[in-house]
Amino acid sequence: MTIQDLTTRLGEIAQGGATPPVTPTEGQPAAPVAPVLETDHAKRGTDLDVTVQPDRIQDAARIMDQGGYTLEAITGVDWIADKQYEVVYDFTSFASGKRVAVRTRVPRDIPALPSIHAIFPGANWHERETHDFFGIKFSGHPQLTPLLLPEDATFHPLRKDFGT
Amino acid sequence: MSIEGQTIHRETFVVNLGPQHPATHGVLRIKLTMDGEYIDDAEPVIGYGHRMHEKMGENRTYAKFLPNTARMDYVAAMFNTHGYVCAVERLAGITVPERAEYIRVVTAELNRLASHLLWAGAFLIDLGGFTPLLYTFDDREHILDLLESVTGARLTFCYYRFGGVCNDVDDQFVAGTREFIARLRSRMPMYHALITKNIIFRKRCEGIGIIPAETCRRYGATGPVVRGSGIAYDVRKAEPYSAYPQLNFNIPVYPEADCMARYLVRMDEMMESMRIIEQALDLMQPGPVMAEKVPKMLKPPKGDCYFNVESARGSFGVRAISDGTDKAYRLKLRSPCFSNMSLFQECSRGMLLADALALLGSLDLVIPDMDR
Repeated sequence: MTIQDLTTRLGEIAQGGATPPVTPTEGQPAAPVAPVLETDHAKRGTDLDVTVQPDRIQDAARIMDQGGYTLEAITGVDWIADKQYEVVYDFTSFASGKRVAVRTRVPRDIPALPSIHAIFPGANWHERETHDFFGIKFSGHPQLTPLLLPEDATFHPLRKDFGT
Repeated sequence: MSIEGQTIHRETFVVNLGPQHPATHGVLRIKLTMDGEYIDDAEPVIGYGHRMHEKMGENRTYAKFLPNTARMDYVAAMFNTHGYVCAVERLAGITVPERAEYIRVVTAELNRLASHLLWAGAFLIDLGGFTPLLYTFDDREHILDLLESVTGARLTFCYYRFGGVCNDVDDQFVAGTREFIARLRSRMPMYHALITKNIIFRKRCEGIGIIPAETCRRYGATGPVVRGSGIAYDVRKAEPYSAYPQLNFNIPVYPEADCMARYLVRMDEMMESMRIIEQALDLMQPGPVMAEKVPKMLKPPKGDCYFNVESARGSFGVRAISDGTDKAYRLKLRSPCFSNMSLFQECSRGMLLADALALLGSLDLVIPDMDR
């Protein structure tokens, strides 16, 4: 699947995917985010940057799977000022070397989104790691227990309000 | 007639492999559910070496994090530093002088040779052959001496800086490297005679530990693991960086997908690394090794970028997010071993335990890289 095809197909599910912060910083309206953005690889390291709603993440993963992409990493980010967590899924293609980042944001007080382990089994560990570090719950995950942290860990060290 | 004889009697038992076990090359535990000699389920339990490098990346300045990078994959530390400095350079828009790029390629490829040599020795130990380790460590020692002369360290290199490298290489290093390449090249037939043609080694590796290409893709495996499964994926070719676009080299690929294929990929890769080093030394011109005007206190503009390098174990990625201050807002470190290990549970199912250890060894895991 070429980048153009992906732009079209991801664009269909990314409708309404532009997620302005729930509570914009005071006095400043949230900058609109384009749901599907073609990016300069030399500057950003990705060819396509897509923002979807959390409930469409499985659809996005399915499109990437059909496109022959592989899941390289899942990155959580704590945007504490926006009261949101961002989850970035990095996909790459063995065939073309193209790189696609799929982003989604969940509210910080109810951090939950669907698991994609059934589409990419490699996501199993990445999601457990993200759960370890941020406490983001991946619904449908078969074993959301600490992976890198101690087995009785109840803390989430990459939250910006951790340990301060 | 006994009852066992009439009914299919099946009993499984749990065996703990590790966390302290020579075959796991570090602190890795595998919870094995065994059906006799065969594996019913092998659940890796990781995290014993977890140090939360990603948090450390957030609470210190960009430069202060540099030594951390060498402590993840300490067998091939150059690549982690390379990925990190390149990500920050991309974020800050720093251009690296040409000579520094060639020096980075030479030192990184030397590190790849050292890493593959160490792996070959350790893998043979896993399979019960002690002798090859003595030869590979002899060669590796020469590389460590060379790298020590220019970087000051033998293992945990902190040689690359934002904008270049901290120290220019001298004529002695260049001559010593050429001499070493000639020596290693002349010893490769010896390695093939000692290891590749050994009938016991072949019986332990051929057809053992099959990882289908599709499994590699679904689990995000990279590096020699995918190239041993017939996928010609190498970040140096897929997303060319540093001085690699100027250099002529091949990606060794074997379609057999077994332990032997992964072994042969690494052996061939060593030949390619030697070619790369020689070309880079030929093309290297005198010049600066650090970009001008790189501020001491780096504050990249707000932004978000990703950078991948081909480490000795696969694709090492860094996602760096800057909020405009002197510390990263978020630093994601994507370790190749983490993804390569995650397919072990699926692929080891139904294997003999002894064969699964060959599969484990052929993945070339460095546990502190996986745990970070």
